[in-house]
Order: sequence, then structure tokens, then C-alpha cells
Amino acid sequence: MTLAEATPRASEARDGEPGVRCTHCGLPVPPGMEATRAGEPQFCCSGCATVYGILREGGLDAYYQMAERRQSRVSSTGHRFEEFDHPSYRELYVTTRPDGLLETYFYLEGVTCGSCVWLVERVPLLVPGMARAELDVRRARVLVAWDDASVPLSSIARTLDTLGYRPHPYRGMRLDVARREEDRTALARIGVAGAIAVNTMLAALALYSGLLTGMEPAYERYFRWISLLLVTPAMVWPGRVFFRGAWAAIRTRSLHMDLPIAIALAAGYGRGLFNTIRDTGPIYFDGVTLLIFLLLVGRFLQQRAQRAAGDAAELLTSLSPSTARVVEGEGTRDVPVVALLPGMIVEVRAEETLPADGVVVEGRSALDLSLLTGESRPVTVATGAAVFAGTVNRGSILRLRVDRAGEESRLGQILREAEAGAQRRAPVVALADRLSGIFVLVVLALALVTLLLWWRTSPSFAVDQAIALLIVTCPCALALATPLAVSVAIGRAARGGILIRGGAALEALAQPGTIYFDKTGTVTQGRTSLLAWEGPEEAKPLVLALERHSSHPLARGFEAAWPSTTRGAADEVSYTAGGGLEGMVSGHRVVVGSPAFVSARATGPLTDAVAAGASARLPAPPGTPVWVAVDGRVTGRAVFGDPLRDDALASLEDLRTRGYVPHLLSGDDRAIVAAVGASLGFSPEQCRGGATPEEKLRVIEEAEGRGRVVMVGDGVNDAAAIARATVGVGVSGGAEACLASADVYLTRPGLENLVILVEGSRRTLAVIRWNIVFSVGYNLLGAALAMTGVINPLIAAILMPASSMTVVLASWKSRTFTLNS
Amino acid sequence: MSVLYIVLPLALIVVGVAVFAYLWAAKRGQFDDLETPAMRALHDDPPMKKQDPKPPEAIEPK
Repeated sequence: MTLAEATPRASEARDGEPGVRCTHCGLPVPPGMEATRAGEPQFCCSGCATVYGILREGGLDAYYQMAERRQSRVSSTGHRFEEFDHPSYRELYVTTRPDGLLETYFYLEGVTCGSCVWLVERVPLLVPGMARAELDVRRARVLVAWDDASVPLSSIARTLDTLGYRPHPYRGMRLDVARREEDRTALARIGVAGAIAVNTMLAALALYSGLLTGMEPAYERYFRWISLLLVTPAMVWPGRVFFRGAWAAIRTRSLHMDLPIAIALAAGYGRGLFNTIRDTGPIYFDGVTLLIFLLLVGRFLQQRAQRAAGDAAELLTSLSPSTARVVEGEGTRDVPVVALLPGMIVEVRAEETLPADGVVVEGRSALDLSLLTGESRPVTVATGAAVFAGTVNRGSILRLRVDRAGEESRLGQILREAEAGAQRRAPVVALADRLSGIFVLVVLALALVTLLLWWRTSPSFAVDQAIALLIVTCPCALALATPLAVSVAIGRAARGGILIRGGAALEALAQPGTIYFDKTGTVTQGRTSLLAWEGPEEAKPLVLALERHSSHPLARGFEAAWPSTTRGAADEVSYTAGGGLEGMVSGHRVVVGSPAFVSARATGPLTDAVAAGASARLPAPPGTPVWVAVDGRVTGRAVFGDPLRDDALASLEDLRTRGYVPHLLSGDDRAIVAAVGASLGFSPEQCRGGATPEEKLRVIEEAEGRGRVVMVGDGVNDAAAIARATVGVGVSGGAEACLASADVYLTRPGLENLVILVEGSRRTLAVIRWNIVFSVGYNLLGAALAMTGVINPLIAAILMPASSMTVVLASWKSRTFTLNS
Repeated sequence: MSVLYIVLPLALIVVGVAVFAYLWAAKRGQFDDLETPAMRALHDDPPMKKQDPKPPEAIEPK
């Protein structure tokens, strides 16, 4: 599973698409960056140029002869990765090999195709002391072995990062080893069972032909004994799984699918053995071996599907910041977050996430609390302010004294709440599970009825018919029906950027219910930008010149909104916290800030006029108003806010027509939530603002009492609610806590994916239902034939694989998650 | 037809060998990752060996 989207093949010059393409990644080179001399390499960015230089120098230019290359800009983070050399990191993630080399796993961002395998596995040629790199493309995981004496792990990590593959510590190593063993054993069992089944069926083919055309008794006996020889190991090793399951079911007095399976296997084998020795009557060995094989395949698929989504989620949790920059004397040092202790001073740069709760000791900045509380407006903090882990620094550099780190922090408490919520979640009983209990009872009852029915005619015939019934009704198709359809659907969804954990979520999403949406970052884009501007063009360069002196998010909002406006230079700039900026630009006195701040510095009758006139003409999106005054006269008004996602309205309408009832549940200011809700067609009672994480959890709990509840969110503040909901959906760009507790994760931005998810779930469940109806129908037919005494082993042998094959084909051909739907 | 008494056991022995080979491969993790080796097969030189000329100095990002 890779996070980056696979891109089409790079082509040097596409028709109708003129322009220079980057030598490294094949993307167009921006105007003005082309190399002038002919024959020189062209680069779209400095990252690509750096990598090109490294590869040339390291003798790896063969990379450029590959037909398929990663087609994306190389953006290295420039991170120092010093935390990888820290003792506590080593203790957690690094193992020592017998030959003295150290070994660890990284998750790599940006792994897409064969060229990545080539490049990553050749990194040891670039870093002396690094012995080996082995990449697993599907899991985006690399095994690194290195000699600690000659190179630190941070240096290896930096080289990977420079090449565009940012490494992340891999957290599930121990679990992985156990799973790998489990997988290998399961595969070995399936292989043995399959080989035995095929060969037993060949022997059975000879016997059935003999039934029709006549066969010498000596040969018949020979084939029967050969079959017995084959079936015995299949019962002893791969078949043991079912006997163990059945025994567990008996001990716990529960009705498990393994129970009739084990009875059928034991009865079929026993009766076959008896008949082989007696040298007359049917043997059921072909049916028994095929049964074992098909059931094992179904079980394996189910396990794999559940795990694949788990792996993807695991990858995402590894992408979180796991390091903090601790101030030591004059400099700073990177340490893993787990090594943080109260009292330490940490430095947090712009756009970084705060690693712990604490108090600001130096600096002034704006914090983005949206992931923690849902508050969409940045909050200004200065020395002495209490700040929380999980918030993002959107302004300038801050230093803080750690008060509480890790589990003690506010973030850690919310996470614990989320964990508890997940445990309280009512389990969704899968359709097949519900059916299987009834199924087991019915089959056992029918077998008993058959036995009694024929007992007076002939005890031997009665036993044969009961066994035939048990075998022909064995739930091969039923056991394959759900896992196969689910694993196909999950695989297709993952290719479309929708990661689903388990089939229960699919089933719950297939029927309409209540959906709660978080606001900030979910239905909105989650970043502050300019929503509206009312004012003259001439004011724009003046504003930009002034805002260059500020690191406030609003300043960046202006810059992002007017990228092509030239900016002048500003002098005598002064900043008032919570107010705004003032200064001299090209001889004009410019003031930008809150209405109160600007009104206090810009007098004149126009102040009121602009305020009144502007509010009449400007659409009034909820947000933060900013006024601009030039030379003491208010000339412009801007509104900043969090814009809606482009597809939010259309997607919500789509969900409403499908019968879902959407609600808005946000931690943001009530007025803002109400305004955003109104613009998206929510009724006032469907909007709820100012909700704390605990309140969100309570709302979801209440709603769950009334039916299925889906919670869609992105923040830590949603994590507990997401964990508690029938189905929790995390959206792209969300906090790790939210992803860890979600059942579904949408890796691509936009709510449209939610519609695709709902539609795909509906179709998947339709396929599952069809499969179940079909296999139950087959079983009913088989049971009827067995009970009436019509069936013989030949018909049983044809019916059983035919039903399974139909189910396999139906699942495979189903169009559940079509990408362009 | 009595050739069956020889051919069939022979065939079963061949199957046994195949199953054994499969078990060996499965236990050694040959089926753990079915995608990467297919990509790796197209690359020409084994990346694990250090080749001449001697490896360049460690590259540090600027």
C-alpha cells in the first residue's frame, strides 16, 4: 500500500503539451527555470536536481534508463533524523543481527513502483557502512541493515529523505513476526490440502467412470485404498483446524460453523474408511478433501482482508511526528517524543506539531487548535500561555517548558477516551455470522431427520444418506461468500484511496442511517484563507508589503490569495498582539487589523460608510473580519475563514437523497457552525457547535441508541466519537489518533469519497446477499436430494465445487468500488 | 492396465516431492511478498555487492 497515488508513465513529450520536462521526474519544468544550454539536464525543482547529482555521482545513472519511473517532485523534508540515534529509539525499534550489524524497519513515504525498488535497494552503494536495504513495495516498508561503527542511522535516514523517500519508524515489528508465521502456516496448510484434494479427485474421477462403464473389482479396490492413503494426511494436518474449532465450540456451548464441518468430515472419513475396508458402498474422500481445501481458502481470504486494511492504518499512524527538539545549552537536539520529561525546554518551529503540554517560555505565535478542539480560528499565544500537545504552530518559532508529556497530556487523555470508546462499541454482527448459527442448527436437525427417516428401511442406507447430506450442505460456498466479496471490495476500494478495516464497516454502511460530520477539516478545508475582499486594487500591494513582516496565519492567507501581486517594502512596522499591523509603505501610512484596531487608528466618516456599505454588498461568510486603512482612511475589508470543500454540498445532497440524515457536530464557535450548516442545507437543530470531545462522544452514544451512526471527522477531538460510532470515518489530513480509531480512512481529500464508500458498500452487500442466497439455495437443493435418497456421491461431488465456483466468479466480476463512479 | 500399480505410486511420489518443495518455499517466506521480487527481477545488477570503483563519500543533504 502506498500513500502516493500511482502516476501514469512519464513520457518525454506528449502531443499537444509543449514544454520542457524535468530530467528526473518527467514533470513540466516551470517557466523561467529551464536550463539554457542544449543537452543540459532540466529540473522542475531543487529536490530533483539534488537527486540527479547524487545518482550521477554514485554511478547510479542507470535509473534514468528505466521505462517506468516515479513521476513526482522530490521534496525532501530536510529533517536531521537525529532522534533515530537516540538510545530510547534503539531500544524500541532496532535489533542486532548475529553478525553484529544492526537492523531496523522503516516505512517509506512515496514508494510507488519498480524504480523505487531499484533506487532504495541501491542506497547502500551511496552510504558506506550501510550493508543492505530490502524494500517491500506493497507495504512500503524497507529493511535496513547497517554497521553502527561506520555510519549512524540518522545519516541513512537523511539519504533516503534526500532521495524523496521520507523514512518513518515502523511500530509493528513484533506483531508482524507473529503474523508472518501465521500466514506461512496457513499457506502451507492450503497448499497441502489443495494438492491432496486434486489428487483425490483424480482417483474419484477414475472411480466414477468405473461406476458408469464398469471396472474390475481389483482396480476399484486399488483406487479406493489410494484415496484413503491420500485423505488421511489431509484429515490429520490441515483438517485439524476444524476439529479444534468444533471442540472449542462444544466447550463454550456455542453454535459455530466448525461444528457441522467437523461432524461431516469425521462422519465422511469414518464411513469412507469403513466402506473401504468392507469393500463396498460409497467413499466420501474426494468430498472431504475438497471441503478442507475450500474452507481453508475462505478462512485465509477473510483474515487477509481484515489485515490489509489494518496494515494501511498502521502505516498512517507511523506518519505522525514522533520527535521533539529539545533545547540544550546553545543548540537543540532531536529526541523521540517518548523520551520527553517534564521540565525540558522544547523548540517548536512553524508548521510543526507541539509534542507535549506545557507553558510558552519564549516567542509569540498563532496556534491551530483545530485537530484538538475543532476551533477553526487560530489562537494567539505569548509567553506564559498554556499550550497543548497535538496543536500546530502556524506562526513563528516557540519555546515551551514541558509540563506533561505522553499519556499525561490532554492529547493522551483524549486518546485513552477513544480507546475506551472503541471497547464499548456494540459489535456489528456480520450477516454470515448471524446466519451460520441458524444454519448449523438446521443442518444438524436435517441430518438427524434423514437418519431416522431411513433407519427402518435400512440402517446402512440411512447412515449414508445422513453423511451425504452433511457433506453436500457443507458451507463451502457460504463460507466463501462473505470473505471473498469483502476482500475483493476492500482491495478495489484501497486502489481508489479508501482504506477499510474489516467487512463489518461495509455492512453497516450499506444501509442509511445518521451521519455526524465534524466541521473543521471535514466539510471545510481546515485552513484559514481569504474568503472575500472588498476594496481597491491599489491597496493590495500595500497590504502585502506590510504582511510580509508578520508570521500570523492571516498574513499567509493574504499572500496565498494574491500570489501575482507585486509587493513593496514597508518601514516602521509595529505589531500589536490581538490587534494588527501598522507601518509605512511607499509613503502611505497603512493599518491592517481587526475592525476595532483599525477604527482606533483611522478616523473619518468613511469608517462607518465602509462598514455599512460593505456588509450590504459583501456576502457574509462566517469568519474573521480584517480592515485595511490607508492614510487614515478605511479603504478595504477582508473576511477570513475556513472555506468549504468544493464537493461538500453536492456530496451531502447525494447522501440525503440516499436516505442518510446528516448532522454537523463541531467544537468550533456556535455562530460559525450555524452559518456553515445553513449554507450546506442543515436545519438549525442538525447543527451543534462548541462541543468538547466528551460531548461529541455523548452525542454519538445517544444517537447509537436509536440506530446506526456514522461519524466522519479528522481531529483528535473526534477520535473518541469515531471510535464509539457504528462506523467511524477519518478523512484525509486528519490527526493520527482519529485515524487509529477509524474503521474507514479516506486518503484523498473531498467528501465525494464518502459517497463512493456508501455506494460501494451497498453494492458489496448486494453481492454478499446474492452469494448467500445462491449458496443456501444450493444447499437446500442438496439437502432435499439427500433426504429423499436421490443423491449419490457423484452428484454430491459435482454440486459442491460448482456452488463454490459460482460464488467465486460472482464476487470477482462484481463492480463494487468502480473508481469512476 | 496393471501398469497402474507402478505408475500411480510413482505419480504420488512426484506429487509428494512437489508438496515438499512447496512447504519448504512457504516456510522460508517465498510467498510473503509477491510484488516486489517481480519488479526486482528486471533490474540488472545485484544491489547487495559493493562494486568498483570504490563507493563515493556519504552524501549529506544540503
